[in-house]
Amino acid sequence: MKPAAFEYFTPATVDEALALLAEHGGEAKPLAGGQSLIPAMNFRLARPAVLVDLNGVSELAYVRAESGGVALGAMTRQRAVERSDVVARAAPLLAEAMPSIAHPQIRNRGTIGGSIAHADPSAELPAVMLALDARFRAKSSSGERSIPAGEFFKGMLETALEPGELLVEIAVPPLPASSGTAFLELARRHGDYALVGVAAIVTLDPRGRCKEARIGLLSVGDGPVLATEAGKGLSGQTPSAELLRAAGEAAATRDIDPPSDIHASAAYRRRLVAVLTRRALARAFERAEKA
Amino acid sequence: MRTLITTLVCTVNGVRHERTVEPRLLLSDFLRHELGLTGTHVGCEHGVCGACTVLLDGEAVRSCLMFAVQADGHDVATVEGLSDGLGGGDALHPLQAAFREAHGLQCGFCTPGVLMTLVPFLRDHPDPDEREIREALSGNLCRCTGYQNIVAAVRLACGAAARA
Amino acid sequence: MARQRAPSGIGERVRRNEDARLLTGRALFVDDVRLDGLLHVAFLRSQHAHARLSSVDASAARSRAGVVAVYTAVDLGDYWRPGPLLVPPPPIPGLVFNSCTQVPLAKDKLRHVGEPIAMVVAESRYLAEDALDDIVVEAEPLPAAVELEAALGPGAPRVHDQLPSNLAAHVVQRKGDWAAAKARAHAVIKRRFRYDRGASAAIENRAVVAHWDSRAEELTVWDTTQAPIPIRNGLAQLLGLLESQVRVVAPFVGGGFGPKIMMFYPEEVLVPWAAMRLGRPVKWTEDRQENFFATTQERGQIHDAELAVTKEGKILGVKDVFLHDTGAYDPYGLTVPINSQCTLLGPYDIPSYESEFTAVFTNKTIVTPVRGAGRQHGVFVIERLLDFAAKELGIDRVEIRRTNLLRPDQFPFNNEILFQDSAPLTYDSGDYAPALDQALEVIDYKRFVREEQPRLKAAGRHVGIGVVCYVEGTGIGPYEGARVTIEPSGRVRLATGVGTQGQGHFTVFAQIVAEVLGVDVTDVHVITGDTREFHWGTGTFASRGAVVAGSACHAAAARVREKILDLASRELKATPADLVLDGGRVHVRGDPKAGIALGALALKANPLRGAVRPGSEPGLEATAYFGPDRGSTANGVHAMLVEVDAETAQVEIKRYVVVHDCGRVINPMIVEGQIQGGVAHGIGNAFYEQLVYDEEGQLLNASFMDYLLPTATDVPNIETTHRETRSPLNPVGAKGVGEAGAIPTGPLFAQAVEDALAGSGLEICEIPLSPNRLFELMNA
Repeated sequence: MKPAAFEYFTPATVDEALALLAEHGGEAKPLAGGQSLIPAMNFRLARPAVLVDLNGVSELAYVRAESGGVALGAMTRQRAVERSDVVARAAPLLAEAMPSIAHPQIRNRGTIGGSIAHADPSAELPAVMLALDARFRAKSSSGERSIPAGEFFKGMLETALEPGELLVEIAVPPLPASSGTAFLELARRHGDYALVGVAAIVTLDPRGRCKEARIGLLSVGDGPVLATEAGKGLSGQTPSAELLRAAGEAAATRDIDPPSDIHASAAYRRRLVAVLTRRALARAFERAEKA
Repeated sequence: MRTLITTLVCTVNGVRHERTVEPRLLLSDFLRHELGLTGTHVGCEHGVCGACTVLLDGEAVRSCLMFAVQADGHDVATVEGLSDGLGGGDALHPLQAAFREAHGLQCGFCTPGVLMTLVPFLRDHPDPDEREIREALSGNLCRCTGYQNIVAAVRLACGAAARA
Repeated sequence: MARQRAPSGIGERVRRNEDARLLTGRALFVDDVRLDGLLHVAFLRSQHAHARLSSVDASAARSRAGVVAVYTAVDLGDYWRPGPLLVPPPPIPGLVFNSCTQVPLAKDKLRHVGEPIAMVVAESRYLAEDALDDIVVEAEPLPAAVELEAALGPGAPRVHDQLPSNLAAHVVQRKGDWAAAKARAHAVIKRRFRYDRGASAAIENRAVVAHWDSRAEELTVWDTTQAPIPIRNGLAQLLGLLESQVRVVAPFVGGGFGPKIMMFYPEEVLVPWAAMRLGRPVKWTEDRQENFFATTQERGQIHDAELAVTKEGKILGVKDVFLHDTGAYDPYGLTVPINSQCTLLGPYDIPSYESEFTAVFTNKTIVTPVRGAGRQHGVFVIERLLDFAAKELGIDRVEIRRTNLLRPDQFPFNNEILFQDSAPLTYDSGDYAPALDQALEVIDYKRFVREEQPRLKAAGRHVGIGVVCYVEGTGIGPYEGARVTIEPSGRVRLATGVGTQGQGHFTVFAQIVAEVLGVDVTDVHVITGDTREFHWGTGTFASRGAVVAGSACHAAAARVREKILDLASRELKATPADLVLDGGRVHVRGDPKAGIALGALALKANPLRGAVRPGSEPGLEATAYFGPDRGSTANGVHAMLVEVDAETAQVEIKRYVVVHDCGRVINPMIVEGQIQGGVAHGIGNAFYEQLVYDEEGQLLNASFMDYLLPTATDVPNIETTHRETRSPLNPVGAKGVGEAGAIPTGPLFAQAVEDALAGSGLEICEIPLSPNRLFELMNA
């Protein structure tokens, strides 16, 4: 299990990195934390001819409070996000999800942008970002654009990023007032990719009714899924056990078409989505009431 | 095919090394086979078993999921840096001593990675509870011990540190 | 003579002699071996489970820069031959056994994914793997024999063309009269059981390094084997060398669990051959992916079993007919299914037993023993049958067990069928009922069942308890040996042939010798697994290290003790009966000052000048061997509390209790460690680990991402209690313990989970479970 040979570059700036990606075209692959790419290379499932290592691009590693939300440089280590007070305050859902990502040894190296750009449907961050309605700033040698999370994830390990384009920043908007969030997942073992995970954000109106609910689901399809049907059923309603149960059922039956694999059948995934959605919503509403 | 070679300068256990290596050389292989620091073990080469855990600038990382060239300009610590144990029993690092006392190892193959995971964990959590210890260990596979005595060793090490 | 209290002797929690080396990264493992000019190997392995191999073209690989050699089956010439039959089957009347052993490199047929086809030797492992891409293989895929019943059916693809079917073996063993038992039974419980096992998954993969020293004409092989001496003897024979020209070293080995004892793995015969041919040292280290395909495994059995019982729950007889998956080859004979057959009998008095099995060739990796070695399968069948019988008869599941336990006055108890060592399965000693009582007491069975469980269930929680018993045959022959030498420094050198994989041999054997010689355990320097130091013996398997090699150490130390007493009685002018060995000295009883240090005595025993008495031997050294008549039988009771989240089918283990009897405990700390590790392995087997094959024989989860070893958050603390019923079969009184913890966990888990969901009609007749599988069963 040794990687195939590759040509290796260590740009110091985003512009250098973009120039290298442009120069080498489809042959080149950006290397972020490497915690998914390097195992794939060790198995020789991935054989990039050129690696553009972003670990020296220090301008991409930052956590900044920004207009009530938070801006994260793409090369910020997951561990730094996990430990950030700014994140804990501005994006508690993200903070709650971070410890579920693999193990400390992985988070010490893995980056926030790397995980998002890798777009593994079982990963936590894409679903969380979808629930948070985050925006992704992408740069290429020809310019820059901002992509909403809802348009970013295109399928199994596929994103809206064009060849030569680099994810440089993730902007998480502020939480509306009277909001509560919760992240819940079930994995076979602590730190494994989840069988199913739920990232929920609920906002209450002044009368205690649900104003909006955004529910991101992971490991239920070929990308993260926003459970819009479940969300619709909640809006305008007063939270109750029955309402939450119905939302869970809606998520499980109307929002997803989950795959079967060796760890979980589609039927089991639906059951888990129903249960975890209900439980996550209960927690989120409880927090919203205290907010 | 082009052979691609690059130069790497890093510090391992306080000693500066300068080597030319292929970029694809894994840090685990570099430590073991270039530097002869065979205390770092390799169990899966896909980042799950944790046997190859070393410290990069003081934080635990999987050395099988890094290229050696990525350690350029950085500080690496391996199990050999804790203590060589040659000065007799007392020369062991307190964590190593606790593992011996509590029978926290059997075949000993996963042990260096476990120790290197625990060093920064205990730095950040000097008085962890059992759940925290177990979660900290959950990225290191051990097939021999059932983990019980590893947990006991960590508690012993904390107690020793607390008394000191 | 009264036994002297020696420091750090038998029965004490002695910390381990080997730990300092392991904890500091100084311990040598095979892949740590560094030699000048070392070459590295990668194997091209079959992608097909079953295929006709028509050609292998390695010419492009040979011309790649950095490649030194590429070998295919054709290149091996006369060296190409199938491996030996490592364990011939026991002499059971009517037994059918078709021996088909593995080949070094596939020649005309590929029989499982991962079977080696070509061997690349290069300047680095990276280059060797690069060259694998250059080898062109032409193979015509064939349908694969995967599922056990289908593989025996008409028209099934045949793994071995020379055989009429995939039947590898057929064995029937009987005692008593099953038909009569069934006829007079109040109830006959009948079920179909499936029990699948998994990979051994030692964290260290296999490795072989070979170095041919052409000046000394000596071959040195470092090998992660559990059996260095048989490997040496076999290699000498294969390579046409004297046994003394081959040195096999099994240094520190990172976990064995069974599969590191094979004779031979293809890599084990090819690496030394290549080193001799190329005149350079050669290393091959298995990677994790290879390990999933190329290292032997245990896998499934399907049992159709019946239990005949009286109204009171007394067992009248058992009939069991089962299929056993042996994989593509059967070099290990019938050890695994015979263990299943024998271990089913458990601690119970079963007057009639009819057990028939068919071993089946499939297009999957070879099956050989993995910690427990088939015992799990048997325990699962009998324990589940008793659970179902208890339910049907309305008897408490503990009581049905108690009713059938063997009594102390029934030992030695002959089960009248043959065990894996070809001897009749005879329980040497045991005291089963108190062990059961103790387990119930520790877990507080009565209170849980009467108070706790009803209270929690009323609150909507699904909690359950399980209690199961088992007996384990351990410590089988043929023999092991040891040599004990007192050095002039006073330190004691102890050499034995068994390899070590974490069991604490450096400490346990030292404790035995320390006690006999009255020295400190840290002064006993143990050398294991190096054929230059000791070259008689068989290996580490069947929970036999402490029992058989430990007894040999004891015997060798006792002989040295005699030599010490003999010489010291002359030196100190006292009768041997008046001498005491203590603190590394021998002295006259009652006068510790009138003595002599053992080191000084060792010098006197090896004079440079002068005469020695005719017939005497120099030095304080002795070699001794120990071979038991048959294996000793350990036993135990495991109990467990679980809580099931009925919505998500997640299971949490709340408590795990072990009451265990492995005879005399040499080091309780080490025994507990063995049990804890065994239970963790058992929990993996019950709820996490499964090798998942598709219908084409492709393994779908060949990585640690998808093959789930339990982690620190999945394994509870194990509450262990020791009981000691000594074995009369060896001087130490020990029984084996290495496999014990892993054996009864499957049925325990099934019983406890079923109990937690009692009333739902759920019946668990298979292991492993997973949350997904449990969900399916709950919604069936």
